[in-house]
Amino acid sequence: MTSLLLQRVRTPRWAGWLLLAAGALLALWLPNGLYPAVAVDMLCWALFAVAIDLLLGYGGLLSFGHAAFWGTSAYTAGLIAAHLGVPFPVAVLGGALAAAALAAPIGYLAVKRSGIYFAMVTLAFAQLVYFVANGWSSVTGGENGLQSVPRELFGLDLSDPYYFYYAALPMAALGLLLAWRIVHSPFGRVLVAIRDNPARARALGYPAHRYKLLAFVLSAFVAGLGGGLFAVAHGFVSLDVVHWTTSGKGVVLVVLGGIGTLWGGVVGAALVVNLEDQLSQAGFTLIGLVTGGIFVLVVLLFRRGLWGSAVALLRRYSRL
Amino acid sequence: MSPLDGPAALTARGLIRDFRGFRAVDQVDLTVAAGSVHALVGPNGAGKTTLFNLLTGFLAPTAGRIELDGHDITGLPPERVARLGVARSFQITSLFPQQTARTHVELALQSGTGLGWRFWRSHRLLERFSARAGELLDLVGLGDAGDTLAGSLAYGRKRALELAIALALDPKVLLLDEPTAGMGLEDVDRTVELIAAVRDGRTVVLVEHNMSVVGRLADAVTVLQAGRVLVEGPYEQVRTDPRVIEAYLGSSEGSADAAH
Repeated sequence: MTSLLLQRVRTPRWAGWLLLAAGALLALWLPNGLYPAVAVDMLCWALFAVAIDLLLGYGGLLSFGHAAFWGTSAYTAGLIAAHLGVPFPVAVLGGALAAAALAAPIGYLAVKRSGIYFAMVTLAFAQLVYFVANGWSSVTGGENGLQSVPRELFGLDLSDPYYFYYAALPMAALGLLLAWRIVHSPFGRVLVAIRDNPARARALGYPAHRYKLLAFVLSAFVAGLGGGLFAVAHGFVSLDVVHWTTSGKGVVLVVLGGIGTLWGGVVGAALVVNLEDQLSQAGFTLIGLVTGGIFVLVVLLFRRGLWGSAVALLRRYSRL
Repeated sequence: MSPLDGPAALTARGLIRDFRGFRAVDQVDLTVAAGSVHALVGPNGAGKTTLFNLLTGFLAPTAGRIELDGHDITGLPPERVARLGVARSFQITSLFPQQTARTHVELALQSGTGLGWRFWRSHRLLERFSARAGELLDLVGLGDAGDTLAGSLAYGRKRALELAIALALDPKVLLLDEPTAGMGLEDVDRTVELIAAVRDGRTVVLVEHNMSVVGRLADAVTVLQAGRVLVEGPYEQVRTDPRVIEAYLGSSEGSADAAH
């Protein structure tokens, strides 16, 4: 068994299952330990961060415009839920598909660039989406936002965020599972190969641009699951969903958790969302200062991010 | 019958490549006969690697035409050229340092199958290639190194892995950019034997500085100088050509065999 190429050192299989079980238990317990609405936010941002890591950690592509996909899905899901009265997972799925559809042309143009130029192209398109969302107020509500997005699920009463959390959890789990599957698939292997040595991958016959494009579209889909869920969870879509700071927050979550670790994004999201909530509860107004400070500390002290460093440490001790 | 009398596998006509006012490849005509081993030789800066990059689609020619089995492949991207049956190795070893030797060969074996697109399947799907990958690694003398990360292989073994990857593509045309560069004598011998063993049914183009390697393998030789073709012809004819001896030794004494 040598095909676990994404892990430099093999972790024993039981350790993986143990972590998965612990994670599942934690996820099931979560809304009992903190505000259920905060727990739902964690799910949404975790999907967003994992989507960005899919592209950044495995494709080597730093997107600074993922708010375009998060936001497009939020608006689309909100509109579907408000006008069609379908169960909310259908609305979220519709939003994610809209995000993926938008990602196809943007990705087509962006993947021809790499490094900082790729980031700039994605940022430019995201700004374009922002101005469209702002200007097209008859559909998006402009600065007033999209109001009263319902949480329909076969007539169940999901107005209590505690119950909505458990309705949203399977959807988030499926999104994370999809990301995990992509990373550990033949496609994921080729993607990593292209990231590490594009010329060699092309000489092997792999069309590098098309692989990156598919990764971009898949990443937008997962980000869209998060954004759509976010819209339904809040019952409201504000212009913030397409603002560039949303893209930036997503990247920060990934770097905090650890680039190329997949689950690092979940850790980063849990930490930041919880911290923001605690600080705003305490009446603190300079939240960005604290999260920014923590970000700087983590970058300086834990080069692989929190999750990445923890895993590296565990591996080192398990071999002693 | 020598393969040199047969049809051409790869031809270039009037190939030109400019880099910001510098003409690296200048009006090159090249005819590589199907089934032959064709060596490109010439001093550093003669345009050999640029020519390789043109032939494999890594560079687009400024002017000229490239044909594979009579079909125009000029300007196709490298992945298309590779899929049409032209595999190359790189002058500077070009691998995926953090992946095992076996993974490299598996990736090469997979490339023609379309399995690489399956993002919804487990990567264990690729274990179907592991037996064939093992055979290819054995062939190049890396049978014991399947689980070794490419980055930690010794230099000569990295070159061998390059060859295994190229062979995994089962190419019609194999382009090898200095396959023996930097190798010790023993490794050079083994590489020459290996190329001799795998040339059956294939066309091989190699860039090579070591004239004894050229002598042992090549049916035909093209000598490049300053981006132009100095001489092209069968090995025996080229090695005694006074222009080649002049270019290599700066005088007409001795033979090209002595030149490295």
